[in-house]
Amino acid sequence: MPKNPNIKKVLVIGSGPIVIGQAAEFDYAGTQACRSLKEEGIEVVLVNSNPATIMTDKEIADSVYIEPLTRKVLELLIKKERPDSILPTLGGQAALNLAMELEESGFLKSQGVHLIGTTSQTIKKAEDRLEFKKTMEKIGEPCAPSLVVETIEDGIDFSNKIGFPVVLRPAYTLGGSGGGIAFNQYELEEILANGLRLSRVGQVLVEKSIAGWKEIEYEVMRDSLGNCITVCNMENIDPVGVHTGDSIVVAPSQTLGDKEYQMLRSASINIINELKITGGCNVQFALHPNSFEYCVIEVNPRVSRSSALASKATGYPIAKVAAKIALGYRLDEIKNAITGKTYASFEPALDYCVVKLPRLPFDKFITAKRTLTTQMKATGEVMSICTNFEGALMKALRSLEQHTDSLLSYGFSHLEERELLERLKKVDDQRIFVIAEALRKGMNPHTIYKETQIDPWFIDKLAILVEMEERLKEKPLTIEKLKEAKRLEFPDRVISKISHVSEKRIKKMRYENNIVAAFKMVDTCAGEFEAATPYYYSCFGSENEAEETKPEKKVLVLGSGPIRIGQGIEFDYCSVHSTWAFRREGYETIIVNNNPETVSTDFDIAHKLYFEPLTPEDIENIVHFEKPDGAVVQFGGQTAIKLTESLMKMGVPILGTSAENVDAAEDRERFDQILEECGIPRPAGGTVYTSEEAVEIGENLGYPVLVRPSYVLGGQGMQIAFSPKEVEEFIHNINQIAQEHPILVDKYLMGKEIEVDAVCDGTDILIPGIMEHIERAGVHSGDSISVYPVQTISQKAKETIIDYTKKLAKSLHVVGLLNIQFILSKEEVYVIEVNPRSSRTIPYISKVTGIPIVDLAAQVMIGKKIKDLGYEPGLAEEKDYIAVKMPIFSFEKIRGAEISLGPEMKSTGECLGIAKTFHEALYKAFLGAGMDLPKHKQVIITVKDGDKQEAIEIGKRFEALGYKIYATRSTSKALKEAGIQARKVNKITQESPNVMDLILGHKIDLVIDTPTQGRDKSRDGFIIRRTAIETGIHCLTSLDTARALLTSLEHGNKEKLSLINIASL
Amino acid sequence: MRAFLILEDGTVFEGISIGAQKEAISEIVFNTSMAGYVEVLTDPSYAGQSVCMTYPLIGNYGICNQDMESKKPWVKGLIVRELSRKPSNFRCDRTIQEFLLEYDIPGIASIDTRALTKILRKKGTMNGMITCDENFNIHEILPKLKQYEMGNVVEEVSCKEDYEIIGAKMFEEEEKNLKTGLGREKKQSPPVLMKEGKGVGKRVALLDLGAKENIILSLAKRGCFITVYPAWTKAEEILRKRPDGIMLSNGPGDPKSCISIIKEIKKLYDSDIPVFAICLGHQLMNLATGGDTYKMKYGHRGGNHPVKDLKTGRVYISSQNHGYVVDMDKLDKNVAEPAFINVNDGTNEGLRYIGKPVFTVQFHPEACPGPWDSGVLFDYFIEMMEEARHA
Repeated sequence: MPKNPNIKKVLVIGSGPIVIGQAAEFDYAGTQACRSLKEEGIEVVLVNSNPATIMTDKEIADSVYIEPLTRKVLELLIKKERPDSILPTLGGQAALNLAMELEESGFLKSQGVHLIGTTSQTIKKAEDRLEFKKTMEKIGEPCAPSLVVETIEDGIDFSNKIGFPVVLRPAYTLGGSGGGIAFNQYELEEILANGLRLSRVGQVLVEKSIAGWKEIEYEVMRDSLGNCITVCNMENIDPVGVHTGDSIVVAPSQTLGDKEYQMLRSASINIINELKITGGCNVQFALHPNSFEYCVIEVNPRVSRSSALASKATGYPIAKVAAKIALGYRLDEIKNAITGKTYASFEPALDYCVVKLPRLPFDKFITAKRTLTTQMKATGEVMSICTNFEGALMKALRSLEQHTDSLLSYGFSHLEERELLERLKKVDDQRIFVIAEALRKGMNPHTIYKETQIDPWFIDKLAILVEMEERLKEKPLTIEKLKEAKRLEFPDRVISKISHVSEKRIKKMRYENNIVAAFKMVDTCAGEFEAATPYYYSCFGSENEAEETKPEKKVLVLGSGPIRIGQGIEFDYCSVHSTWAFRREGYETIIVNNNPETVSTDFDIAHKLYFEPLTPEDIENIVHFEKPDGAVVQFGGQTAIKLTESLMKMGVPILGTSAENVDAAEDRERFDQILEECGIPRPAGGTVYTSEEAVEIGENLGYPVLVRPSYVLGGQGMQIAFSPKEVEEFIHNINQIAQEHPILVDKYLMGKEIEVDAVCDGTDILIPGIMEHIERAGVHSGDSISVYPVQTISQKAKETIIDYTKKLAKSLHVVGLLNIQFILSKEEVYVIEVNPRSSRTIPYISKVTGIPIVDLAAQVMIGKKIKDLGYEPGLAEEKDYIAVKMPIFSFEKIRGAEISLGPEMKSTGECLGIAKTFHEALYKAFLGAGMDLPKHKQVIITVKDGDKQEAIEIGKRFEALGYKIYATRSTSKALKEAGIQARKVNKITQESPNVMDLILGHKIDLVIDTPTQGRDKSRDGFIIRRTAIETGIHCLTSLDTARALLTSLEHGNKEKLSLINIASL
Repeated sequence: MRAFLILEDGTVFEGISIGAQKEAISEIVFNTSMAGYVEVLTDPSYAGQSVCMTYPLIGNYGICNQDMESKKPWVKGLIVRELSRKPSNFRCDRTIQEFLLEYDIPGIASIDTRALTKILRKKGTMNGMITCDENFNIHEILPKLKQYEMGNVVEEVSCKEDYEIIGAKMFEEEEKNLKTGLGREKKQSPPVLMKEGKGVGKRVALLDLGAKENIILSLAKRGCFITVYPAWTKAEEILRKRPDGIMLSNGPGDPKSCISIIKEIKKLYDSDIPVFAICLGHQLMNLATGGDTYKMKYGHRGGNHPVKDLKTGRVYISSQNHGYVVDMDKLDKNVAEPAFINVNDGTNEGLRYIGKPVFTVQFHPEACPGPWDSGVLFDYFIEMMEEARHA
């Protein structure tokens, strides 16, 4: 069945801002699918509110709209663009839900638009709990006893009937949002209330707990003729009870015999056939560890995080194939792009083992609960490939960049067996390290299995690693031992640490005895067919099969590793664009990255892809073989920058700004010197290593001061300290994680933050745009609302900024990208930070200005001049459009996380509002962030004393908009005195009705709560903020944000939004 | 202990000895199934061959007796990258190490199985030797390897006397024996006996050319009454019993070496009794009716091969294990028409005989190991028998 000729113009819906549970994987899937559609001559219209994505590039789609993902906007868009079809299965749950709304409201029918890739009946059957259960019953696929409830009472009744523990799963939510396991009625009530609120349809599934069973997933493809294949299966090492996104996952399954494997495979095919999915689908099973009994946990009728992982683990491009199927193609008509010989209607055979580890944000949210549950908490993930499980796990550990490089990385050695036994019961991100310690202490593996329900096979694999540690402790370090340690992927650094033999000697021993990494292919077929576009992974003790190429020019692009707060998808955007740029310039391109969710790790982005950890040793293996002419570190965030020194030691030239100059920007003293030479002021401060030194500087500067580690991204560990005690506390926190670089202590300046991205060719500088932050200094730039072009800055200040940027670029000999952050305080411009690398604003500025910044940067890095590239040096002419970048947070997913904004970045993603006027852009940005106000026209305001004056203005404006204002005692007093009708509410500790009751009454639009000084010490404020977030109420902790929201409410008009095609800018 | 794998082309792999420490000369083939090594080891079609598993971690779930496809393993040697030291599965009866020792099968581990696979892919299947002798003389060995021939392996693997299986009865036993625990209430593997349906009571003569257990089970669970005959059984003997259908099984070796069996199969073809044949049986039926077969470069062995039903256009993922294939160019269009082809390389995967109730496939609808997708073909065979009865 060839392509359906009626499909000519397809609307693809993206997944919106990056949040926990919906991350870069949808940019990967969307980008791949759009390219696949365009290949077929289809006109593609793309809508996504997330500007940091590659899918929103004009190269990817014919028309691109970076607009809020709301039903209203989609309706306007469909009327404007008149697509004949919508492909809703690529943008995660967000896109699927939106498509469902459009379909159910009858809008699509009225416009003659069809859903392709899936039907609304299919979505309903798979997503609606009741329908799903009915469907499964019909085809005899077992589900755990469950009931969909819409009230807490029904939930209690049913749970009492089937017995605790029970699992709660809200319908139509992402990443298991609002779900959990309840062991008693109290927990049930709490989780259920939350889940009912979060569910779009107010339904929660209460289900008998199958915690402890094996969790197995299958990725299935089906075409319209009913041909089915499974791309791969995956086994979660963590048994049922931990969200698969937070689990350690291995592919293929390791502990299933063929009978179990085929039983679940057949069940998956049964299910996809019954649901009549055309495209890809993910089926999750729980398998009883001691029988053939299984039940279906969940089906995702779309591409997903798991499908991205499966694609990268096997080489099978699920999204690409799904897009072709949506057009009408059959599986056996679609070529397998990796082999170029076989077809999409075959099942990949792996001849290696893949391990995925989640990247959890507990290093960011130190107050948050580390416990892993059915609600996903990971912001990203890493994948590693090796010929053995132990090696894959070791490689994945060091790919995380969380100071883990072996099973010894967390200090549990002080725990006694009894304590370890207790600790084993705790399901958190450190569990495998605890298991390793228990094994070291000689605990019986069976006891560990009993406590953790982790299959004994995996526990034995951890034991093998622990035994290797023990063997390395014994002298001497023999060649045989070293060989085995490397086979298990112990890095030289760890071997050195354990064996007390220097890294240098180990390396020498290795090379002398030919213990070197070999590269193997991911080719979808276990070597059965020759591969056309394979990618590579390393292992020891094998023959190297990577193709040796000797092109004229070869460049190594270092990726940015796992998505984490502070280093998100923006850096993958930059890595991919730089790769494309070098490709166009005739370079052979090599990408190294370990993130399976990204576009950069798609098989056909670079000429060669190495799926490897981004550590000096792993990179050296690649460099040793590939001998690149240069390496690019500017685009891969801090991950890549950190490798600069090592690359130079390997003799690889760094393209662009030299390592020395990169260092000059980070090194306090050298940087101060440069600023002095240029006559540029910066906030006073100093460099310290200890808390004593820090306190001394703090005393000299006067509080508040800004405390931050150097060489980090996203302001990790950065805090504003208001007292010596806080300085000590923050320094202690920073030093808890390995810290080789000094800590900076600066005077905190209150003022407006301004940010500049620029490209410099060594002589001239091009500034695509200057951005202004809505929130005053003190809120991390990544968490601020950013506006392009600047709206409130005087011409004089602007000129100063341009002047400073030029001077800094010159002094730092920048070749490539430069990002500078300024503070404008009392009309004086200060420099606070200079980063000679890509920043997270590059994608959005590129899109709004139409200037291909990364492409230009790549070209100047190889010696081209800005003037020759058709650009006039200096500040580029401002566009007619205003763009407002809005940060997006995932606070509701992480229990116990402090939500108040500060110098440490907390947002996980962003959306963009773009319009002809500032007010409309701002309104769109808030809309994109889900602030669809007003609803109940009630607001709670509770601010610290210093903010009372500002609160009055805000109160007045809310009152003018017809809002009813509630305020706690002192705030209400201040408001009333200013003539505002504020209603006083009791504090949490006072009797009901108090502020808590008000929040839980679900009638509040917004809470404005500014935390008392420094990091919040008040439990009250913390509880108010958490409750608001978990009840789904917007909570603002900066008055600047509140003012911006007011402005948008005062001017916004939902009905009259103009839609802008970015591709035509 | 060190072990070596020496290939006919002179390539030597050094690894670690597993299983019996004895020498084995055989044909070397690779299998890409990621699970199902027990089935592979015990599949009689591997007689005379050593199998390299391309998946690197083997033995993870040990040996489950229930998964054995015959009474004993038939491979001459096993080649793996890594054997699991700790098997883990609720059905595990023993470790793969114990199993190899018990049946005196040598093997080699810790070699680069992918490198070996690529050699076989590029140069084609070849002979090789697994040995623990560190002082081997390659010049003496290579001629021996080149000379090696599998011989009449079908006779070796076939049952020695005919026996009967009454489907229903067998399944009651099977059900009792299944260690399914909690699973018994829900879903079992293999699926339980169909107590109703057209298969119940159908008498099938199965010519055992090296039959996998699950061919018998697939018929038995449909309620058939099966008589299993040794490979050398005369057609007359089978026909005398007037079976409802005849099943030709899979088996090892070069089909053209089965000269006398082919003659008997021709008589079965002439009998007008419905015939369903798998793998070697499919090739022999083709040879018996004037067709030809040839040896493939490196064959199809794995559980991921797409076969396309030429009538419906449907594609099934199939389990495969064959080194020879029916030559489509030499197929007499008046005798048979292609029913299935392999989507990857276009080779023949099944034939429908013109004017005869004869249907044969190259792949393995009985799975084990591999996908169950084409198990429906056994139902098709039962349909054929049903139609013949009414005709």
